[in-house]
Amino acid sequence: MSRQIGEVILDLKQVSLSFGGVKALTDISFNVREHEIRAIIGPNGAGKSSMLNVINGVYRPQEGEIILRGQRFTKMNPYKAAQAGISRTFQNIALFKGMNVIDNLMTGRNLKIRSNLIQQAFWWGPARREELEHRAKVEDVIDFLEIQHIRKTPVGRLPYGLQKRVDLGRALAMEPSILLLDEPMAGMNVEEKQDMCRFILDVNDQFGTTIVLIEHDMAVVMDISDRVVVLDYGKKIGDGDPDEVRANPDVISAYLGASH
Amino acid sequence: MGFFLETLIGGLMAGMLYALVALGFVLIFKASGVFNFAQGAMVLFAALAMARFAEWIPGWFGLEGSYLGTAAAFVVAGALMFVVAWLIERLVLRHLVNQEGATLLMATLGIAYVLEGIGSTMFGSSIYTIDVGMPKDPVFLFEGIFPGGLLINKEDFIAALIAAVLVGLLTLFFQKTTTGRALRAVADDHQAAQSIGIPLNRIWVIVWCVAGLVALVAGVIWGSKLGVQFSLSTVALRALPVVILGGLTSVPGAIIGGLIIGVGEKLSEVYLGPMVGGGIEIWFAYVLALVVLLFRPQGLFGEKIIDRV
Ligand SMILES: Nc1ncnc2c1ncn2[C@@H]1O[C@H](COP(=O)(O)OP(=O)(O)O)[C@@H](O)[C@H]1O
Ligand SMILES: [Mg+2]
Repeated sequence: MSRQIGEVILDLKQVSLSFGGVKALTDISFNVREHEIRAIIGPNGAGKSSMLNVINGVYRPQEGEIILRGQRFTKMNPYKAAQAGISRTFQNIALFKGMNVIDNLMTGRNLKIRSNLIQQAFWWGPARREELEHRAKVEDVIDFLEIQHIRKTPVGRLPYGLQKRVDLGRALAMEPSILLLDEPMAGMNVEEKQDMCRFILDVNDQFGTTIVLIEHDMAVVMDISDRVVVLDYGKKIGDGDPDEVRANPDVISAYLGASH
Repeated sequence: MGFFLETLIGGLMAGMLYALVALGFVLIFKASGVFNFAQGAMVLFAALAMARFAEWIPGWFGLEGSYLGTAAAFVVAGALMFVVAWLIERLVLRHLVNQEGATLLMATLGIAYVLEGIGSTMFGSSIYTIDVGMPKDPVFLFEGIFPGGLLINKEDFIAALIAAVLVGLLTLFFQKTTTGRALRAVADDHQAAQSIGIPLNRIWVIVWCVAGLVALVAGVIWGSKLGVQFSLSTVALRALPVVILGGLTSVPGAIIGGLIIGVGEKLSEVYLGPMVGGGIEIWFAYVLALVVLLFRPQGLFGEKIIDRV
């Protein structure tokens, strides 16, 4: 393995989140190391998506803090998270339906764009050159994900499995250092799952991207992740490498007791 | 036949202006989900600014009677509208992120009253005129085809042309530039747009600036035709049925809706007016919009409204 797992890059401390009376997360702490693949698992409604949403600031936890590369964030928001190199996909695909694949991926370059509004409005040299540079980057992502054949297709017309892949592409176009994936393989057939697995491993391996992954398919999770956090009813019931987690009695009973 | 065409062309020309103002509504709605009731007040405010700056600036700099003074007034009024847009985002919208539609609507109503108030304090509340040197004389077209030719009002024609060019440029801007793409992203999905690093606040300032520019152009055109007075703010609300008709989320809908309303008003006035009595021009657009609303609540071109549960 070429990648080397590094120091803690993201540290969550005693995070609690509730919606009105519903406690989605209770006192959760865990960390993520640089270059690792970190999985979050648990039955439906366990709080996995809420956890990702807290990390990139979509939800603001009532308690706890997020420490990213040593910097403390009590008020994270999605824009700040993006600036800090965190990109993500959504459980319910949130692509820009009216645009084609290339445009969707191009939006992922937004933070890297330097030309100003006036230059863009007049289609000025720097703006145009920049557009071409970003376009080249986007084409790299398209090649990487093997979606050349659908480059110009409006994403709304793509089958579900490909939409998931484009969603990953948009996140990759940001060249993130941390990638959050919310059930990237849900609803896919076996072949699509294998492809997605390969892409995730390649991203991690080739670009050294740290990955936080929510996934239901136990075989997949145990196969590709370095460490696993297990949530149940908003509480953390297990944390460790796949073998430890598999042997954890609380995890076994949560999985036997609940359908997922 | 000639008369019918004259009416039709007159309607299309008036409709182009509605389309422009409707575009201002649609852009704001797409970007932030706000139905901007302040659009009318913005037109009035912009027209007031233009009328008074066109009077003051030549006086300050000794530019009386020159186009330079008028141009300078336009630029200053435009800059003022950008400041207004920025303030609205800073002082109001930023604090209302994720609020209900009704709250946002009330906020724009509030903005409308504040703008009208500040406008009359800064610029006075008499009736003013705007003279940007639009030709007033009518011209006759196609004299070879129709006996006597078609009578076209040159002022309306130039106004429609300006509106059409502006609509075209704005559409191009939003289709072809990075910022335009970011705006379309925000319109599609706020959450996702923010998560990939598109700053909502900046996009809001931009769409309100566009609405300010649209208001200024419409204000100058209507103001030079009708005079700058309080009622100007209700003229802009004629674009309301346009967006209902075309669909709040559709740019082509705003343009086509504007043209339909413009033509409908003129034709109904000429051909139905004598039967039902005058004044039909005032309410025709609303009736048309209501009828559309009954059959297609999302408007002719709008996205289907799906309630997620
Ligand atoms: N935006 C929200 N508003 C209210 N309740 C929410 C919201 N998001 C999540 N929840 C609640 O929080 C709990 C955890 O949900 P979620 O994080 O989506 O679980 P998971 O992804 O593990 O299936 C559930 O009870 C869910 O109903
Ligand atoms: Mg979930």
